[in-house]
Amino acid sequence: MCGIAGLIHRGKSSNVGSELQGMLQALKHRGEDSTGYALYGDTDGKNFIMRFKVGENVGEGSSSVMEDVSVYDQRKKIVDETLAEMGAKIVKEERTLPYSLRYEIDYNVKDLLEFSQRIESIPGVEILSMGKSLEVIKDLGNAKMVCDRYSLDKIVGTHAIGHARMATESGVDIKSAHPFWGYPFSDVSVVHNGQLTNYWNNRRVLENKGMRFMSECDSELIAVYLAEKMRDGATLEEGMKASLTGLDGVFTYFVATKDSLGMAKDTMAAKPLVLYESDDLVAMGSEEIAIRSVLPQEIDTYDPFDGEVKVWQI
Amino acid sequence: MANLKTVSKKSKAQSMGMHTEVLTGRTQQKFFNPDEAENFYYFGTYDVDFNKRTELDVKDMTAPEANKEIDNLMSQGYGTIVIKNPQGKHSLGVGILNKLNLIFEGSLGYFGMGSCDGPIVRINGRVGWSCAENLMAGKVVIEKNAGSCFGAAIRGGDLICKGSVGARTGIDMKGGTIIIGGDAGAFTGFMMQRGRIIILGDVGINLGDSMYDGTIFVGGEIGSYGSDAVDSELTSSDQDWLKRKLKVAEIGENFDVSKMKKIVAGKKLWNYDNLEPTEKKGAI
Repeated sequence: MCGIAGLIHRGKSSNVGSELQGMLQALKHRGEDSTGYALYGDTDGKNFIMRFKVGENVGEGSSSVMEDVSVYDQRKKIVDETLAEMGAKIVKEERTLPYSLRYEIDYNVKDLLEFSQRIESIPGVEILSMGKSLEVIKDLGNAKMVCDRYSLDKIVGTHAIGHARMATESGVDIKSAHPFWGYPFSDVSVVHNGQLTNYWNNRRVLENKGMRFMSECDSELIAVYLAEKMRDGATLEEGMKASLTGLDGVFTYFVATKDSLGMAKDTMAAKPLVLYESDDLVAMGSEEIAIRSVLPQEIDTYDPFDGEVKVWQI
Repeated sequence: MANLKTVSKKSKAQSMGMHTEVLTGRTQQKFFNPDEAENFYYFGTYDVDFNKRTELDVKDMTAPEANKEIDNLMSQGYGTIVIKNPQGKHSLGVGILNKLNLIFEGSLGYFGMGSCDGPIVRINGRVGWSCAENLMAGKVVIEKNAGSCFGAAIRGGDLICKGSVGARTGIDMKGGTIIIGGDAGAFTGFMMQRGRIIILGDVGINLGDSMYDGTIFVGGEIGSYGSDAVDSELTSSDQDWLKRKLKVAEIGENFDVSKMKKIVAGKKLWNYDNLEPTEKKGAI
Protein backbone atom coordinates (compact mmCIF):
# COMPACT_ATOMS: atom_id res chain seq x y z
CA MET A 1 0.00 0.00 0.00
CA CYS A 2 1.36 3.39 -1.01
CA GLY A 3 -0.18 6.82 -1.15
CA ILE A 4 -0.06 9.31 -4.00
CA ALA A 5 -1.10 12.93 -4.15
CA GLY A 6 -1.03 15.70 -6.68
CA LEU A 7 -2.33 19.18 -7.32
CA ILE A 8 -2.29 21.76 -10.07
CA HIS A 9 -3.08 25.44 -9.80
CA ARG A 10 -4.55 26.82 -12.98
CA GLY A 11 -3.58 30.34 -13.87
CA LYS A 12 -1.54 31.08 -10.76
CA SER A 13 1.33 29.90 -8.58
CA SER A 14 1.21 28.77 -5.00
CA ASN A 15 3.38 27.28 -2.28
CA VAL A 16 3.24 23.80 -3.80
CA GLY A 17 6.08 22.46 -1.65
CA SER A 18 4.22 23.13 1.55
CA GLU A 19 0.86 22.04 0.11
CA LEU A 20 2.20 18.71 -1.13
CA GLN A 21 3.96 18.11 2.16
CA GLY A 22 0.61 18.46 3.94
CA MET A 23 -1.09 16.10 1.49
CA LEU A 24 1.59 13.42 1.73
CA GLN A 25 1.88 13.68 5.49
CA ALA A 26 -1.87 13.00 5.71
CA LEU A 27 -1.17 9.76 3.82
CA LYS A 28 1.81 8.66 5.87
CA HIS A 29 -0.12 5.69 7.28
CA ARG A 30 -0.05 4.26 3.75
CA GLY A 31 3.71 4.00 3.91
CA GLU A 32 6.66 5.98 5.18
CA ASP A 33 9.60 3.93 3.99
CA SER A 34 10.33 6.78 1.64
CA THR A 35 8.63 9.92 0.36
CA GLY A 36 9.16 11.73 -2.89
CA TYR A 37 8.20 15.07 -4.36
CA ALA A 38 8.08 16.22 -7.99
CA LEU A 39 7.75 19.98 -7.78
CA TYR A 40 7.25 22.27 -10.75
CA GLY A 41 8.64 25.54 -9.49
CA ASP A 42 8.56 29.01 -10.91
CA THR A 43 11.82 29.61 -12.81
CA ASP A 44 12.99 31.89 -15.58
CA GLY A 45 13.22 28.82 -17.84
CA LYS A 46 16.75 29.60 -18.99
CA ASN A 47 18.73 26.90 -17.21
CA PHE A 48 18.24 23.21 -16.62
CA ILE A 49 17.82 22.08 -13.04
CA MET A 50 19.47 18.73 -12.43
CA ARG A 51 18.76 16.88 -9.21
CA PHE A 52 21.07 13.91 -8.81
CA LYS A 53 22.52 11.62 -6.21
CA VAL A 54 26.02 10.27 -5.80
CA GLY A 55 25.10 7.75 -3.12
CA GLU A 56 22.28 6.37 -1.04
CA ASN A 57 20.79 7.22 2.32
CA VAL A 58 22.02 4.47 4.60
CA GLY A 59 19.88 5.45 7.56
CA GLU A 60 17.65 3.19 9.60
CA GLY A 61 15.64 0.79 7.45
CA SER A 62 17.71 1.37 4.34
CA SER A 63 18.67 -1.59 2.17
CA SER A 64 21.71 0.27 0.80
CA VAL A 65 25.39 -0.34 1.46
CA MET A 66 27.33 2.17 3.58
CA GLU A 67 29.91 4.21 1.65
CA ASP A 68 32.39 6.80 2.82
CA VAL A 69 31.69 10.46 2.06
CA SER A 70 35.00 10.61 0.22
CA VAL A 71 33.47 8.23 -2.36
CA TYR A 72 30.62 10.73 -2.87
CA ASP A 73 33.15 13.54 -3.25
CA GLN A 74 35.03 11.60 -5.91
CA ARG A 75 31.83 10.92 -7.87
CA LYS A 76 30.82 14.57 -7.68
CA LYS A 77 34.23 15.56 -9.02
CA ILE A 78 33.80 13.23 -12.01
CA VAL A 79 30.31 14.63 -12.66
CA ASP A 80 31.72 18.17 -12.68
CA GLU A 81 34.46 17.16 -15.10
CA THR A 82 31.99 15.37 -17.40
CA LEU A 83 29.71 18.40 -17.47
CA ALA A 84 32.65 20.60 -18.42
CA GLU A 85 33.61 18.19 -21.21
CA MET A 86 30.05 18.38 -22.60
CA GLY A 87 30.06 22.16 -22.51
CA ALA A 88 27.52 22.37 -19.69
CA LYS A 89 28.21 25.27 -17.37
CA ILE A 90 27.26 24.96 -13.70
CA VAL A 91 25.51 28.23 -12.84
CA LYS A 92 24.50 27.32 -9.29
CA GLU A 93 25.43 24.40 -7.07
CA GLU A 94 23.75 23.16 -3.89
CA ARG A 95 24.76 20.11 -1.90
CA THR A 96 21.85 19.58 0.46
CA LEU A 97 23.17 16.30 1.80
CA PRO A 98 26.47 14.49 1.18
CA TYR A 99 24.77 12.24 -1.37
CA SER A 100 22.19 14.62 -2.83
CA LEU A 101 22.92 17.58 -5.12
CA ARG A 102 21.11 20.23 -7.11
CA TYR A 103 22.77 21.94 -10.05
CA GLU A 104 21.50 24.73 -12.26
CA ILE A 105 23.12 24.17 -15.62
CA ASP A 106 23.49 26.37 -18.66
CA TYR A 107 23.26 23.77 -21.42
CA ASN A 108 21.67 24.36 -24.81
CA VAL A 109 20.97 20.87 -26.11
CA LYS A 110 17.43 19.60 -26.45
CA ASP A 111 18.23 15.89 -26.61
CA LEU A 112 19.03 14.85 -23.09
CA LEU A 113 19.62 11.19 -23.94
CA GLU A 114 23.34 11.47 -24.60
CA PHE A 115 23.76 13.91 -21.73
CA SER A 116 22.02 11.57 -19.27
CA GLN A 117 23.88 8.52 -20.48
CA ARG A 118 27.23 10.26 -19.98
CA ILE A 119 26.39 11.38 -16.45
CA GLU A 120 24.87 8.06 -15.40
CA SER A 121 27.79 6.09 -16.82
CA ILE A 122 29.64 7.30 -13.72
CA PRO A 123 29.24 4.45 -11.18
CA GLY A 124 26.94 5.34 -8.29
CA VAL A 125 25.49 8.43 -9.96
CA GLU A 126 21.81 8.73 -10.85
CA ILE A 127 19.94 11.72 -12.21
CA LEU A 128 16.71 12.06 -10.23
CA SER A 129 15.31 14.72 -12.54
CA MET A 130 16.25 17.04 -15.33
CA GLY A 131 14.16 19.92 -16.52
CA LYS A 132 13.58 23.65 -16.73
CA SER A 133 10.96 23.53 -13.99
CA LEU A 134 10.85 20.00 -12.52
CA GLU A 135 12.72 19.05 -9.38
CA VAL A 136 12.44 15.50 -8.02
CA ILE A 137 13.37 15.19 -4.36
CA LYS A 138 13.06 11.80 -2.71
CA ASP A 139 14.54 10.21 0.35
CA LEU A 140 13.80 7.82 3.18
CA GLY A 141 11.24 8.78 5.82
CA ASN A 142 7.83 10.40 5.85
CA ALA A 143 6.77 13.57 4.07
CA LYS A 144 7.63 15.97 6.86
CA MET A 145 11.06 14.45 7.41
CA VAL A 146 11.95 14.75 3.72
CA CYS A 147 10.45 18.24 3.47
CA ASP A 148 12.44 19.46 6.48
CA ARG A 149 15.63 17.78 5.27
CA TYR A 150 15.47 19.51 1.87
CA SER A 151 13.65 22.73 2.89
CA LEU A 152 10.87 22.13 0.38
CA ASP A 153 8.16 24.07 2.18
CA LYS A 154 9.18 27.35 0.56
CA ILE A 155 9.10 26.19 -3.06
CA VAL A 156 6.55 28.13 -5.11
CA GLY A 157 5.18 26.75 -8.35
CA THR A 158 2.15 25.69 -10.33
CA HIS A 159 1.84 21.96 -9.78
CA ALA A 160 3.31 18.96 -8.00
CA ILE A 161 2.93 15.23 -7.52
CA GLY A 162 4.23 13.08 -4.69
CA HIS A 163 4.39 9.62 -3.23
CA ALA A 164 4.44 8.04 0.23
CA ARG A 165 5.92 4.58 -0.18
CA MET A 166 5.53 1.29 1.57
CA ALA A 167 8.23 -0.83 -0.06
CA THR A 168 6.86 -4.19 -1.17
CA GLU A 169 8.47 -5.21 -4.46
CA SER A 170 11.91 -3.67 -4.17
CA GLY A 171 14.37 -2.20 -1.69
CA VAL A 172 14.09 0.63 0.78
CA ASP A 173 16.38 3.09 -0.96
CA ILE A 174 16.25 6.32 -2.92
CA LYS A 175 16.62 4.67 -6.33
CA SER A 176 13.40 2.68 -5.78
CA ALA A 177 11.51 5.65 -4.37
CA HIS A 178 9.00 7.61 -6.41
CA PRO A 179 8.58 9.91 -8.32
CA PHE A 180 10.40 8.61 -11.36
CA TRP A 181 11.77 10.94 -13.96
CA GLY A 182 10.53 10.23 -17.52
CA TYR A 183 14.09 9.75 -18.76
CA PRO A 184 15.31 11.28 -21.03
CA PHE A 185 12.45 13.77 -21.41
CA SER A 186 12.78 17.11 -19.74
CA ASP A 187 10.25 17.87 -16.98
CA VAL A 188 8.34 14.53 -17.03
CA SER A 189 7.66 12.69 -13.75
CA VAL A 190 5.47 9.81 -12.58
CA VAL A 191 4.12 8.44 -9.29
CA HIS A 192 2.23 5.18 -8.98
CA ASN A 193 0.14 3.25 -6.50
CA GLY A 194 -0.35 -0.40 -7.36
CA GLN A 195 1.47 -3.37 -8.80
CA LEU A 196 2.38 -4.12 -12.40
CA THR A 197 2.40 -7.78 -13.31
CA ASN A 198 3.98 -7.61 -16.77
CA TYR A 199 6.95 -5.55 -15.62
CA TRP A 200 9.71 -7.87 -16.85
CA ASN A 201 8.13 -8.53 -20.24
CA ASN A 202 7.72 -4.80 -20.84
CA ARG A 203 11.16 -4.02 -19.46
CA ARG A 204 12.86 -6.46 -21.83
CA VAL A 205 11.04 -4.95 -24.81
CA LEU A 206 11.79 -1.37 -23.80
CA GLU A 207 15.44 -2.06 -23.01
CA ASN A 208 15.80 -3.57 -26.47
CA LYS A 209 14.50 -0.25 -27.79
CA GLY A 210 17.23 1.63 -25.92
CA MET A 211 15.24 2.77 -22.89
CA ARG A 212 16.95 2.91 -19.47
CA PHE A 213 15.89 1.48 -16.11
CA MET A 214 17.68 2.49 -12.93
CA SER A 215 15.82 0.34 -10.39
CA GLU A 216 13.83 -2.88 -10.20
CA CYS A 217 10.76 -1.03 -8.98
CA ASP A 218 7.77 -1.90 -11.18
CA SER A 219 6.53 1.69 -11.03
CA GLU A 220 9.55 2.91 -12.99
CA LEU A 221 8.07 1.03 -15.94
CA ILE A 222 5.27 3.60 -16.22
CA ALA A 223 7.69 6.49 -16.64
CA VAL A 224 9.77 4.56 -19.19
CA TYR A 225 6.66 3.29 -20.99
CA LEU A 226 5.24 6.81 -21.39
CA ALA A 227 8.63 8.23 -22.37
CA GLU A 228 8.95 5.64 -25.11
CA LYS A 229 5.46 6.44 -26.42
CA MET A 230 6.26 10.14 -26.50
CA ARG A 231 9.58 9.44 -28.18
CA ASP A 232 7.56 7.78 -30.94
CA GLY A 233 5.41 10.88 -31.35
CA ALA A 234 2.44 10.17 -29.10
CA THR A 235 1.01 12.90 -26.91
CA LEU A 236 1.04 12.42 -23.17
CA GLU A 237 -2.67 11.62 -23.13
CA GLU A 238 -2.32 9.12 -26.00
CA GLY A 239 0.50 7.40 -24.14
CA MET A 240 -1.55 7.23 -20.97
CA LYS A 241 -4.53 5.73 -22.81
CA ALA A 242 -2.27 3.13 -24.39
CA SER A 243 -0.96 2.23 -20.94
CA LEU A 244 -4.41 1.03 -19.86
CA THR A 245 -3.94 -2.05 -22.02
CA GLY A 246 -0.15 -2.06 -22.34
CA LEU A 247 0.36 -2.31 -18.61
CA ASP A 248 -1.08 -5.28 -16.76
CA GLY A 249 -1.94 -5.25 -13.08
CA VAL A 250 -3.56 -2.76 -10.78
CA PHE A 251 -2.61 0.87 -10.81
CA THR A 252 -3.52 4.46 -10.30
CA TYR A 253 -0.78 6.78 -11.45
CA PHE A 254 -0.12 10.48 -11.93
CA VAL A 255 2.14 11.94 -14.55
CA ALA A 256 3.23 15.55 -14.79
CA THR A 257 4.95 17.62 -17.44
CA LYS A 258 6.11 21.23 -17.45
CA ASP A 259 2.59 22.52 -18.00
CA SER A 260 0.21 19.64 -17.31
CA LEU A 261 -0.90 17.02 -14.82
CA GLY A 262 -2.61 13.74 -15.65
CA MET A 263 -4.10 10.70 -13.95
CA ALA A 264 -4.89 7.18 -15.13
CA LYS A 265 -6.73 4.37 -13.42
CA ASP A 266 -6.65 0.71 -14.42
CA THR A 267 -9.64 -1.07 -15.93
CA MET A 268 -10.53 -2.83 -12.67
CA ALA A 269 -10.38 0.37 -10.59
CA ALA A 270 -8.55 -1.62 -7.96
CA LYS A 271 -6.57 1.28 -6.53
CA PRO A 272 -8.13 4.27 -4.84
CA LEU A 273 -8.25 7.84 -6.02
CA VAL A 274 -10.32 10.78 -4.84
CA LEU A 275 -10.47 13.85 -7.02
CA TYR A 276 -11.45 17.48 -6.50
CA GLU A 277 -11.75 19.70 -9.54
CA SER A 278 -12.54 23.40 -9.83
CA ASP A 279 -11.72 26.16 -12.30
CA ASP A 280 -8.55 27.20 -10.48
CA LEU A 281 -7.42 24.05 -8.67
CA VAL A 282 -7.33 20.29 -9.17
CA ALA A 283 -6.28 18.23 -6.15
CA MET A 284 -6.24 14.45 -5.92
CA GLY A 285 -4.98 11.75 -3.67
CA SER A 286 -5.36 8.17 -2.55
CA GLU A 287 -7.64 9.34 0.23
CA GLU A 288 -9.81 12.39 0.79
CA ILE A 289 -7.85 13.41 3.86
CA ALA A 290 -4.97 14.34 1.56
CA ILE A 291 -7.18 16.84 -0.23
CA ARG A 292 -8.54 18.08 3.09
CA SER A 293 -5.10 19.19 4.12
CA VAL A 294 -5.28 21.94 1.45
CA LEU A 295 -9.06 22.35 1.33
CA PRO A 296 -10.44 21.88 4.84
CA GLN A 297 -13.85 23.32 3.95
CA GLU A 298 -16.69 21.13 2.70
CA ILE A 299 -16.06 20.34 -0.98
CA ASP A 300 -17.43 18.05 -3.69
CA THR A 301 -15.12 15.17 -4.56
CA TYR A 302 -15.51 11.97 -6.53
CA ASP A 303 -13.78 8.72 -7.45
CA PRO A 304 -12.78 8.51 -11.13
CA PHE A 305 -14.12 5.34 -12.75
CA ASP A 306 -12.21 2.36 -14.11
CA GLY A 307 -10.09 2.97 -17.19
CA GLU A 308 -10.33 6.73 -16.83
CA VAL A 309 -7.61 9.08 -18.08
CA LYS A 310 -7.64 12.81 -17.39
CA VAL A 311 -5.16 15.57 -18.16
CA TRP A 312 -5.25 19.17 -16.92
CA GLN A 313 -3.21 22.15 -18.09
CA ILE A 314 -1.87 24.92 -15.84
CA MET B 1 -39.81 -23.55 12.92
CA ALA B 2 -40.64 -23.49 9.25
CA ASN B 3 -39.88 -26.68 7.39
CA LEU B 4 -38.38 -25.39 4.20
CA LYS B 5 -38.37 -28.82 2.62
CA THR B 6 -42.15 -28.71 2.41
CA VAL B 7 -42.25 -25.42 0.50
CA SER B 8 -43.14 -26.47 -3.01
CA LYS B 9 -44.23 -23.25 -4.70
CA LYS B 10 -42.15 -20.21 -5.26
CA SER B 11 -42.75 -17.57 -2.63
CA LYS B 12 -43.22 -13.95 -3.60
CA ALA B 13 -39.74 -13.20 -2.37
CA GLN B 14 -38.35 -15.84 -4.71
CA SER B 15 -40.35 -14.52 -7.65
CA MET B 16 -38.74 -11.13 -7.09
CA GLY B 17 -35.31 -12.67 -7.17
CA MET B 18 -34.52 -12.02 -3.53
CA HIS B 19 -33.45 -15.60 -3.37
CA THR B 20 -34.06 -18.51 -5.68
CA GLU B 21 -32.31 -21.49 -4.25
CA VAL B 22 -34.24 -24.14 -2.36
CA LEU B 23 -32.67 -24.61 1.02
CA THR B 24 -32.16 -28.15 2.22
CA GLY B 25 -30.53 -29.70 5.22
CA ARG B 26 -30.61 -28.54 8.81
CA THR B 27 -30.75 -24.85 9.54
CA GLN B 28 -28.75 -23.26 12.30
CA GLN B 29 -31.08 -20.27 12.34
CA LYS B 30 -32.81 -19.43 15.61
CA PHE B 31 -36.17 -17.82 15.04
CA PHE B 32 -37.29 -14.86 17.11
CA ASN B 33 -39.82 -15.61 19.80
CA PRO B 34 -41.55 -12.51 21.24
CA ASP B 35 -42.29 -14.37 24.46
CA GLU B 36 -38.56 -14.67 25.08
CA ALA B 37 -37.71 -11.11 24.04
CA GLU B 38 -37.12 -9.97 27.59
CA ASN B 39 -34.36 -12.53 27.89
CA PHE B 40 -32.40 -11.04 25.00
CA TYR B 41 -29.65 -8.63 25.81
CA TYR B 42 -27.71 -6.79 23.15
CA PHE B 43 -24.27 -5.81 24.35
CA GLY B 44 -23.50 -2.12 24.12
CA THR B 45 -27.01 -0.82 23.48
CA TYR B 46 -28.73 2.04 25.23
CA ASP B 47 -32.24 3.31 25.60
CA VAL B 48 -32.12 6.60 23.71
CA ASP B 49 -34.64 9.36 23.04
CA PHE B 50 -34.76 10.66 19.45
CA ASN B 51 -35.99 14.03 20.75
CA LYS B 52 -32.89 14.43 22.88
CA ARG B 53 -30.45 16.12 20.49
CA THR B 54 -26.83 17.20 20.71
CA GLU B 55 -23.90 18.23 18.53
CA LEU B 56 -20.35 16.88 18.50
CA ASP B 57 -17.44 18.67 16.81
CA VAL B 58 -14.84 16.05 15.83
CA LYS B 59 -12.40 18.43 14.12
CA ASP B 60 -9.66 17.84 16.66
CA MET B 61 -10.57 14.26 17.55
CA THR B 62 -9.18 10.99 16.25
CA ALA B 63 -11.69 8.44 14.97
CA PRO B 64 -11.53 6.28 18.14
CA GLU B 65 -12.05 9.37 20.30
CA ALA B 66 -15.02 10.47 18.20
CA ASN B 67 -16.59 7.01 18.23
CA LYS B 68 -16.15 6.70 22.00
CA GLU B 69 -17.82 10.07 22.46
CA ILE B 70 -20.77 9.00 20.29
CA ASP B 71 -21.08 5.92 22.51
CA ASN B 72 -20.86 8.12 25.59
CA LEU B 73 -23.62 10.41 24.31
CA MET B 74 -25.86 7.42 23.57
CA SER B 75 -25.28 6.19 27.12
CA GLN B 76 -26.64 9.55 28.29
CA GLY B 77 -29.81 8.95 26.27
CA TYR B 78 -29.11 11.19 23.28
CA GLY B 79 -31.02 9.78 20.32
CA THR B 80 -30.11 12.45 17.77
CA ILE B 81 -26.46 13.36 17.36
CA VAL B 82 -25.10 15.83 14.80
CA ILE B 83 -21.42 15.39 13.96
CA LYS B 84 -19.64 18.58 12.91
CA ASN B 85 -16.40 18.76 10.88
CA PRO B 86 -15.81 15.08 10.07
CA GLN B 87 -13.38 16.33 7.37
CA GLY B 88 -12.93 13.02 5.60
CA LYS B 89 -11.69 11.13 8.65
CA HIS B 90 -11.68 7.34 8.41
CA SER B 91 -13.76 4.88 10.44
CA LEU B 92 -16.22 7.36 11.91
CA GLY B 93 -19.47 5.97 13.30
CA VAL B 94 -18.39 2.33 13.23
CA GLY B 95 -19.89 -0.40 15.37
CA ILE B 96 -23.10 1.36 16.44
CA LEU B 97 -25.47 -1.43 17.52
CA ASN B 98 -28.22 0.88 18.59
CA LYS B 99 -31.19 2.81 17.36
CA LEU B 100 -29.88 6.30 16.77
CA ASN B 101 -30.49 9.28 14.51
CA LEU B 102 -26.98 10.26 13.41
CA ILE B 103 -26.23 13.18 11.10
CA PHE B 104 -22.79 14.01 9.67
CA GLU B 105 -22.34 17.62 8.55
CA GLY B 106 -19.60 16.83 6.03
CA SER B 107 -17.73 13.97 4.40
CA LEU B 108 -16.32 10.70 5.73
CA GLY B 109 -13.18 8.83 4.70
CA TYR B 110 -12.78 5.06 4.52
CA PHE B 111 -14.90 2.53 6.42
CA GLY B 112 -17.46 5.06 7.64
CA MET B 113 -20.46 3.51 9.44
CA GLY B 114 -18.95 0.03 9.23
CA SER B 115 -20.42 -2.93 11.13
CA CYS B 116 -23.51 -1.07 12.30
CA ASP B 117 -26.84 -2.53 13.34
CA GLY B 118 -29.82 -0.22 13.59
CA PRO B 119 -28.94 3.49 13.28
CA ILE B 120 -30.55 5.91 10.86
CA VAL B 121 -27.71 7.93 9.36
CA ARG B 122 -27.58 10.91 7.02
CA ILE B 123 -24.24 12.04 5.64
CA ASN B 124 -24.39 15.51 4.08
CA GLY B 125 -21.22 14.95 2.10
CA ARG B 126 -19.21 12.23 0.41
CA VAL B 127 -17.94 8.90 1.73
CA GLY B 128 -14.73 7.04 0.92
CA TRP B 129 -14.15 3.34 0.34
CA SER B 130 -16.19 0.63 2.07
CA CYS B 131 -18.93 2.78 3.53
CA ALA B 132 -21.36 0.85 5.75
CA GLU B 133 -19.46 -2.41 5.30
CA ASN B 134 -21.28 -5.29 7.05
CA LEU B 135 -24.37 -3.19 7.79
CA MET B 136 -26.89 -5.43 9.56
CA ALA B 137 -29.91 -3.13 9.81
CA GLY B 138 -30.82 0.54 9.69
CA LYS B 139 -30.56 3.15 6.99
CA VAL B 140 -27.58 5.15 5.72
CA VAL B 141 -28.16 8.02 3.27
CA ILE B 142 -25.27 9.76 1.50
CA GLU B 143 -26.12 13.07 -0.13
CA LYS B 144 -23.10 13.18 -2.48
CA ASN B 145 -20.78 10.57 -4.04
CA ALA B 146 -19.28 7.41 -2.59
CA GLY B 147 -16.02 5.54 -3.15
CA SER B 148 -15.46 1.92 -4.08
CA CYS B 149 -16.72 -1.16 -2.21
CA PHE B 150 -19.84 0.74 -1.19
CA GLY B 151 -21.95 -1.54 1.01
CA ALA B 152 -19.47 -4.40 0.95
CA ALA B 153 -20.88 -7.55 2.57
CA ILE B 154 -23.98 -5.87 4.00
CA ARG B 155 -26.49 -8.25 5.55
CA GLY B 156 -29.47 -5.93 5.79
CA GLY B 157 -30.71 -2.37 5.95
CA ASP B 158 -30.94 0.30 3.29
CA LEU B 159 -27.86 2.01 1.92
CA ILE B 160 -28.59 4.98 -0.31
CA CYS B 161 -26.16 7.15 -2.27
CA LYS B 162 -27.73 10.07 -4.09
CA GLY B 163 -24.62 10.65 -6.22
CA SER B 164 -22.34 8.22 -8.04
CA VAL B 165 -20.31 5.36 -6.56
CA GLY B 166 -16.98 3.73 -7.41
CA ALA B 167 -16.18 0.12 -8.28
CA ARG B 168 -17.35 -3.12 -6.62
CA THR B 169 -20.50 -1.70 -5.07
CA GLY B 170 -22.28 -4.40 -3.08
CA ILE B 171 -19.37 -6.80 -3.31
CA ASP B 172 -20.16 -9.97 -1.36
CA MET B 173 -23.46 -8.53 -0.08
CA LYS B 174 -25.68 -11.00 1.69
CA GLY B 175 -28.87 -9.03 2.09
CA GLY B 176 -30.32 -5.55 2.33
CA THR B 177 -30.78 -2.96 -0.39
CA ILE B 178 -28.35 -0.57 -2.03
CA ILE B 179 -29.76 2.34 -4.03
CA ILE B 180 -27.60 4.54 -6.26
CA GLY B 181 -28.99 7.77 -7.70
CA GLY B 182 -26.14 8.29 -10.19
CA ASP B 183 -23.69 5.98 -11.94
CA ALA B 184 -21.79 2.97 -10.58
CA GLY B 185 -18.32 1.68 -11.50
CA ALA B 186 -16.92 -1.67 -12.59
CA PHE B 187 -17.73 -4.99 -10.94
CA THR B 188 -20.91 -3.77 -9.30
CA GLY B 189 -22.51 -6.67 -7.41
CA PHE B 190 -19.32 -8.73 -7.63
CA MET B 191 -19.91 -12.08 -5.89
CA MET B 192 -23.12 -10.85 -4.28
CA GLN B 193 -25.04 -13.58 -2.56
CA ARG B 194 -28.36 -12.03 -1.76
CA GLY B 195 -30.09 -8.68 -1.51
CA ARG B 196 -30.84 -6.06 -4.14
CA ILE B 197 -28.99 -3.23 -5.84
CA ILE B 198 -30.79 -0.42 -7.67
CA ILE B 199 -28.78 1.87 -9.97
CA LEU B 200 -30.65 4.68 -11.68
CA GLY B 201 -27.72 5.73 -13.86
CA ASP B 202 -25.15 3.86 -15.93
CA VAL B 203 -23.00 1.04 -14.63
CA GLY B 204 -19.47 -0.03 -15.63
CA ILE B 205 -18.01 -3.25 -16.91
CA ASN B 206 -18.49 -6.74 -15.44
CA LEU B 207 -21.81 -6.07 -13.77
CA GLY B 208 -22.77 -8.85 -11.36
CA ASP B 209 -19.61 -10.82 -12.00
CA SER B 210 -19.81 -14.26 -10.34
CA MET B 211 -22.94 -13.33 -8.44
CA TYR B 212 -24.38 -16.20 -6.51
CA ASP B 213 -27.86 -14.84 -6.06
CA GLY B 214 -29.72 -11.59 -5.50
CA THR B 215 -30.96 -9.02 -7.99
CA ILE B 216 -29.58 -5.92 -9.66
CA PHE B 217 -31.82 -3.30 -11.27
CA VAL B 218 -30.21 -0.84 -13.70
CA GLY B 219 -31.88 2.26 -15.16
CA GLY B 220 -29.09 3.36 -17.53
CA GLU B 221 -26.53 1.73 -19.77
CA ILE B 222 -24.55 -1.36 -18.78
CA GLY B 223 -20.81 -1.41 -19.65
CA SER B 224 -20.77 -5.20 -19.84
CA TYR B 225 -22.13 -8.20 -18.01
CA GLY B 226 -19.88 -10.14 -15.70
CA SER B 227 -19.45 -13.86 -15.72
CA ASP B 228 -22.76 -15.63 -15.08
CA ALA B 229 -24.85 -12.43 -14.85
CA VAL B 230 -27.95 -12.66 -17.02
CA ASP B 231 -31.05 -10.64 -17.81
CA SER B 232 -34.32 -11.55 -16.20
CA GLU B 233 -37.94 -10.48 -16.70
CA LEU B 234 -38.98 -7.36 -14.80
CA THR B 235 -42.26 -8.37 -13.17
CA SER B 236 -45.07 -6.16 -11.93
CA SER B 237 -44.05 -7.11 -8.38
CA ASP B 238 -40.58 -5.80 -9.12
CA GLN B 239 -41.96 -2.52 -10.43
CA ASP B 240 -44.21 -2.04 -7.40
CA TRP B 241 -41.33 -2.70 -5.08
CA LEU B 242 -38.98 -0.38 -7.00
CA LYS B 243 -41.49 2.50 -6.90
CA ARG B 244 -42.01 2.09 -3.21
CA LYS B 245 -38.34 1.77 -2.44
CA LEU B 246 -37.34 4.83 -4.47
CA LYS B 247 -40.07 6.87 -2.85
CA VAL B 248 -38.86 5.93 0.61
CA ALA B 249 -35.27 6.63 -0.45
CA GLU B 250 -36.26 10.12 -1.63
CA ILE B 251 -34.57 9.72 -4.99
CA GLY B 252 -35.92 8.98 -8.44
CA GLU B 253 -39.49 9.23 -7.29
CA ASN B 254 -40.60 9.94 -10.86
CA PHE B 255 -38.18 7.49 -12.45
CA ASP B 256 -39.75 5.23 -15.07
CA VAL B 257 -39.05 1.88 -13.43
CA SER B 258 -40.76 -0.04 -16.23
CA LYS B 259 -37.68 0.52 -18.42
CA MET B 260 -35.22 -0.78 -15.87
CA LYS B 261 -33.18 -3.90 -16.58
CA LYS B 262 -33.19 -6.76 -14.11
CA ILE B 263 -30.03 -8.83 -13.75
CA VAL B 264 -29.77 -12.08 -11.81
CA ALA B 265 -27.34 -14.99 -11.52
CA GLY B 266 -27.32 -17.44 -14.41
CA LYS B 267 -26.18 -20.10 -11.92
CA LYS B 268 -23.90 -21.75 -14.43
CA LEU B 269 -21.00 -21.20 -12.10
CA TRP B 270 -22.68 -22.96 -9.21
CA ASN B 271 -20.64 -25.95 -8.25
CA TYR B 272 -22.45 -27.36 -5.30
CA ASP B 273 -24.12 -30.66 -4.65
CA ASN B 274 -26.27 -32.01 -1.89
CA LEU B 275 -23.45 -33.56 0.07
CA GLU B 276 -22.47 -32.00 3.36
CA PRO B 277 -18.74 -31.11 3.51
CA THR B 278 -17.92 -34.04 5.80
CA GLU B 279 -19.72 -36.47 3.54
CA LYS B 280 -18.01 -34.99 0.54
CA LYS B 281 -14.63 -35.39 2.16
CA GLY B 282 -15.43 -39.04 2.85
CA ALA B 283 -16.49 -39.57 -0.74
CA ILE B 284 -13.17 -38.18 -1.98
